[in-house]
Amino acid sequence: MAKSNKPIFWSLFAAGGTLAAFLAPVLALVLLLAAFGRVPSGLGYEQLHAFAAHWFGKLCFLGVITLFLWHAAHRLRVTLHDFGLRQDAKVAVVVYLVAAAGTVLTVLYLVRI
Amino acid sequence: MSRNPYVRPVSKTGWWLKQPRYMRYMSREVTCIFIGALAMLMLWGLKRLSEGPAAYETFLASLRSPPGVLMLLLILAFSVHNATSWFNVTPKAMPVQIGEEFLAGKYIVGAHYAVWLLASLVVLLMAGVF
Amino acid sequence: MTPLKQRLVQLEVLRYDPEKDKAPRYQNYEVMCNEEWVVLDALTAVKESIDPTLNFRWSCHMAVCGSCGMMVNGEPKLSCHAFLRDYQGVIRVEPLANFPIERDLVTVADDFIDKLKRVKPYLIPKEKKTIEQGEFKQTPAQLMKYRQFSMCINCMLCYAACPEYSLQPKFIGPAAITLAHRYNLDSRDGGRDERQEVIATNEGVWECSFVGACSEVCPKAVDPAGALQQVKVASTLDWFKEHLLPGGKK
Repeated sequence: MAKSNKPIFWSLFAAGGTLAAFLAPVLALVLLLAAFGRVPSGLGYEQLHAFAAHWFGKLCFLGVITLFLWHAAHRLRVTLHDFGLRQDAKVAVVVYLVAAAGTVLTVLYLVRI
Repeated sequence: MSRNPYVRPVSKTGWWLKQPRYMRYMSREVTCIFIGALAMLMLWGLKRLSEGPAAYETFLASLRSPPGVLMLLLILAFSVHNATSWFNVTPKAMPVQIGEEFLAGKYIVGAHYAVWLLASLVVLLMAGVF
Repeated sequence: MTPLKQRLVQLEVLRYDPEKDKAPRYQNYEVMCNEEWVVLDALTAVKESIDPTLNFRWSCHMAVCGSCGMMVNGEPKLSCHAFLRDYQGVIRVEPLANFPIERDLVTVADDFIDKLKRVKPYLIPKEKKTIEQGEFKQTPAQLMKYRQFSMCINCMLCYAACPEYSLQPKFIGPAAITLAHRYNLDSRDGGRDERQEVIATNEGVWECSFVGACSEVCPKAVDPAGALQQVKVASTLDWFKEHLLPGGKK
């Protein structure tokens, strides 16, 4: 049987999962603070816009959003399989297309800032 | 004597309800839905950010809604679950051999928790929380 | 000498007669046991004094041969390693999950044996040596690198626990892939490329989703889940080398 092409998706899953493990909780916390009306200064329009305008900020946005998306896509593919949705090839196309679309949009919005 | 092996059927959808360890596994797997949701939320925020201050304000306002708060609470809970379950298994995937011994898992796991704390503090600092 | 305490044990055993039964059915037994006995002893007592038609595999009675795997209260166990003192009430005994039932508690292990063969679980020496050239030498550190993964007794409890194997019977499975990994890690071995053709496939390591049940039930602490994650990492590095480096590996 031919060797699998899953490694590429698995490495994105693993990278995204590691990044999400370290960063997702605190990012959710920061957004939660904003949701409770205590918007941290870094989340204000001026500061966040300046951050996104800087190359380092762009790198952070790109890395976090896209890796989270590819992590979620691959894990969702496996999870749907576990839940009994067995048409793996079709599910894979859908989830990876969504992640790819998200990647493209991230770049698009970052370029505009 | 004739052979007639019997294959026991397995539920393709409900197998994970049969054992607590399978339910724990599923609880880890579904964290991806909330990581994905967080990514999409941030993407949405980025879009609003690129559209100007007024548009960005609508994004912040949407966070303040009850569904927004609920979603963020769920995202927080599941992302913590992802983090702890992820850190706890890293020694299995990357064993560190030193001479004839292996580095005890607790050091590798401990190092991850330390980095987690550090990274969280850095982000909080950068966000101006303190 | 104080007499050994006895206990009346109730067993609910899944029976299957391939010549008579359309489907398996439970049969209850009540048998007097010593309190320090294991489930295998209880089954043996049933066979000797109540029902000689009860079939089950066993051999060493000390958790090294891997013959007596079965489900005890829904958990994959070696019946010689399942102590009666850890169970209360009726003890449900069934053949090992995810394998076809041959008869009573005896399963058809052919699929596992086939998969073991496929992964080439033997040394394929890096360098051919004649007897005169001497033995292959290995330092203790080189031995420790793979030693844990060599402890597998082929008991198949991991296959019974693995939900991916139950959903996809083509999955090569924890023990076989772990054994391939054991040889890949052996400093004397040069057969990794051959084994990768078998395990770096969709029905090889990539069917694994790191449920981890295999390692939880393993009676020899082999940690097949860990081995499979290590195989994933190694296979991923291979993939990048083959696809991204000019003139890759192949």
